[in-house]
Amino acid sequence: MVHEPFSPATAMLAGMPAKVLFALIPLVGLVCFAWIIARRLAPLLRAAPHPCWQRIPERILLVLKIWLAQWRQPRYMLAGVLHIVVFFGFLILGARSMQLVILGVVDGFVWPGFGGTLGAAYNVVKDFASTAVFVAVAILAVRRAFFKPARYAVPEKYGKDHTPEALFVLGLIATLMISESAFEGSLLAAQGESVTSATVLTLTWGFARTLSGLQTSTLAGINLAAYAIHDLTFFFFLCFLPFGKHFHVITSLFNVFFMRLQTGNIKPVAYGISDAQLDDVKSFGVKEFEDFTWKHMLDFYSCVDCGRCSDRCPANAVGRPLSPRFISIKARDYAFEHYPLFGNAKADAVPLIGGIYSEDEIWSCTTCGACEEECPVGIEYIDKMVDLRRGMVDDGLVPQSLQKPMSALEKRGNPWGKLEKKRAEWTAGVGEGVNVKLVEKGETAETLYFVDSITSYDDRMQKIAQATARILSKGDVDFVVIGKDEKDSGHDVRRFGEEMLFQSLKEQNSEAIRASEARRIVVNDPHAMNALRNDYEDMPPVQHVSEMIALCIENGKLKLNPLADASKTYTYHDPCYLGRHNGTYDSPRQAIDAIPGLKRVEMKGNCRDRSFCCGGGGLMLFYEPEEEQRMGVVRVQQACEAGADVIVTACPYCLTNIEDAIKVAGLEGRMEVLDLVELVDGQLQH
Amino acid sequence: MEILVCVKRVPDAAENEIVVGAGGADIKREDLVYSVNEWDNYAVEEAVQIVEREGGNVTIVSMGDSEAEEVVRREMAMGAAQGLLLTDAAFDGSDGLGIATILAAAARKGEYDLILTGALADDGAGQVGGMLAALLDWPYASVVNKIETKDGKSLRIGREIEGGTQEISDIETPCVLSIQTGINEPRYVGIRGIRKVASIEIPILDAGALGLDAAAVGAAGANVRRIDYFVPQLGASAEMLEGSIEELAGKLVDLLKAKGGIR
Repeated sequence: MVHEPFSPATAMLAGMPAKVLFALIPLVGLVCFAWIIARRLAPLLRAAPHPCWQRIPERILLVLKIWLAQWRQPRYMLAGVLHIVVFFGFLILGARSMQLVILGVVDGFVWPGFGGTLGAAYNVVKDFASTAVFVAVAILAVRRAFFKPARYAVPEKYGKDHTPEALFVLGLIATLMISESAFEGSLLAAQGESVTSATVLTLTWGFARTLSGLQTSTLAGINLAAYAIHDLTFFFFLCFLPFGKHFHVITSLFNVFFMRLQTGNIKPVAYGISDAQLDDVKSFGVKEFEDFTWKHMLDFYSCVDCGRCSDRCPANAVGRPLSPRFISIKARDYAFEHYPLFGNAKADAVPLIGGIYSEDEIWSCTTCGACEEECPVGIEYIDKMVDLRRGMVDDGLVPQSLQKPMSALEKRGNPWGKLEKKRAEWTAGVGEGVNVKLVEKGETAETLYFVDSITSYDDRMQKIAQATARILSKGDVDFVVIGKDEKDSGHDVRRFGEEMLFQSLKEQNSEAIRASEARRIVVNDPHAMNALRNDYEDMPPVQHVSEMIALCIENGKLKLNPLADASKTYTYHDPCYLGRHNGTYDSPRQAIDAIPGLKRVEMKGNCRDRSFCCGGGGLMLFYEPEEEQRMGVVRVQQACEAGADVIVTACPYCLTNIEDAIKVAGLEGRMEVLDLVELVDGQLQH
Repeated sequence: MEILVCVKRVPDAAENEIVVGAGGADIKREDLVYSVNEWDNYAVEEAVQIVEREGGNVTIVSMGDSEAEEVVRREMAMGAAQGLLLTDAAFDGSDGLGIATILAAAARKGEYDLILTGALADDGAGQVGGMLAALLDWPYASVVNKIETKDGKSLRIGREIEGGTQEISDIETPCVLSIQTGINEPRYVGIRGIRKVASIEIPILDAGALGLDAAAVGAAGANVRRIDYFVPQLGASAEMLEGSIEELAGKLVDLLKAKGGIR
């Protein structure tokens, strides 16, 4: 190895060995860091439990995909790619930074195994890495300072702009890159080595070229200064991370490891408490900060403030008082304030509702899942919303507009309070040749068609039930409908925080479904499907009618006529609970595309897992939100922009909301909306 | 403050299809679901809020059969410590004065500073509150939509009067107030809330326990008897306005003015 002309470990500083300082900086830095982290962990230790140690292999895969491979970053291409550069730069430069710290006390320290070719290769890679990080950071800074992407803006009610913090951190990173390169470059210059072409155009290369020819003593000074700056910046940065959005540098690995493994489901009221024990639980849901689970608190710490969740949030888009990003930021600020670095945690716990969150903010969420789909560090929001709502329901804080349907659900099993005995009245309109069997008449079949409330009772949506029955019949499916003993699936009752009412509906339905002796269930409502699949226990397999249609088309049981009017352009709207929450994107498209002569376009950028919620289903139909615009209107406009005349969906709530939105948008006669089953039913070959 | 709130179990108009029964003097009751009279729910919420603010107790009272217990319990779950159920076969068929007499007897058994009733109930008569006050010889105010507690001896109350105007008065306690909807936002009570108060015993008082002469109440004592129910006939047609949007708006404003809808 080449003898190095100077080294921070042997240098003198103001008549003292610099080694003393370079031992002190890491020592103080690490003690401070350990203290800060211990304080940050304080609220997590008082939080509700959150079992996260099951299914470890899946968790490791998630870490590899979402954390290491930065899977979700390119969904926002420019920022995503730049982040990937910085992220991998950090990973590569980690070894170098540690080496530098030790070089301050151990003269000529090299990691074991890095003495030979591997070390030389690493040196080349890290020179490019630090240069790439520097360039990325510079672009990010220009973007932040001058282009100011809208999603970073902080609305006034949420406090001050976060740009200064972002720029400060970018400055710290740039300082680290420059000082490391200056340290290396000054050393190369002093060694008089011809700079290898392998590192051409890197920062190190630039420093070595610029500094070559200077006197050794000058170079030693530059080298020592660069070292000191790097050392100080490094430990300052480390201790600064847990004070803001850059905490994610530390927490994201853990946050991704512990993130939710499943979509569509809702966390129980309390982990470790069975449904039967719910009566003994003193308080439901989240009322104070400490009622959150530790994982949910870790979510708050991990928020990168990137604004992607809120950028995709339909509630935020239409001006409802909800921005998921600030659900996290406000809770993080609360944690920092109430668990200070010094002194005891503040005793004056304030209720979250009325404290940092408003009632309307929490009711505004449609649980569409767009935020969770987007979050690059696996933060979840739906469970938090549901937990906060459980707390509000427990305290009686339920908007009047929701109390009536909830009461009707309790008494009649449907939100309109319609008579139970009329639940199967829609079957009268199915048409000749199709006999709908009813469990209430003692009939059974292999397949149960679970209709749910809106499709059973709403005049318009009954057409979906009738079309579904005709298609099932045409596809030779032997099916039965429960009738009066079927209750609302309770899907949105649960998501609106009324757990006990949900439990009651679930019990009644489970009993009715068991009594039907069906071996599989088919539904047309994705909400009901999600409830039966992810909220109920021990149910037979549940299939959405679109999956069944796609299958019947494939095996030739359903044959479709060409479209009579081929002049119209169709588009498919992915219902949140069919697509994002249950991953069914292709079956409905296959079914639509199977109609000869049908022209279909995608709402590019707003389809599949980026579908824009229509406004929400279940109890959301009754909620009267504060908003500037209806979500459905935005959706209709997106369809319009895509060049569509007909929106096809596969959910009765989407149909309701979009049908209303077409009227509100004044597009009646120009746009129409259909359920997939209506479209298919109209084209059946008899 | 000790507050008594009178509540009634009624068929829920939103959750039933109301059909006149064969006899014509009542509705078909087989498939009905019942809940608390909506106005009473606001009265209970108001009482609970006053007690949360000032201290004291809320007692819920209902005259009805054993099924009314569920309604009493649901209202207790909003934050009332006690409930009373006034049940006797002799109470059946009571007219407004009969109900007021029974409630007054129950009120005399306690020491209340304030009695709240709903402004009206399913029969739309809106008479029990006033009669109850008269029987007790207490001051009374109807359709109250605002209550401020003052010095403990009187209340400052707001009443809704014609045309959306509000009248503010002071009223001495003890008094009876009939409560208008909209005075507050009643809290939600779910299955869980009711289960929390499931173990509280609700005393059941009959005519004897209330010191009432059974002949003075119920159908026997009633001075008003219901003769007939009928569904009004649908009008033959609606009036369709025609013209441009501006003309339509003008005609609509004229019509609304003529019918007293706007001034």
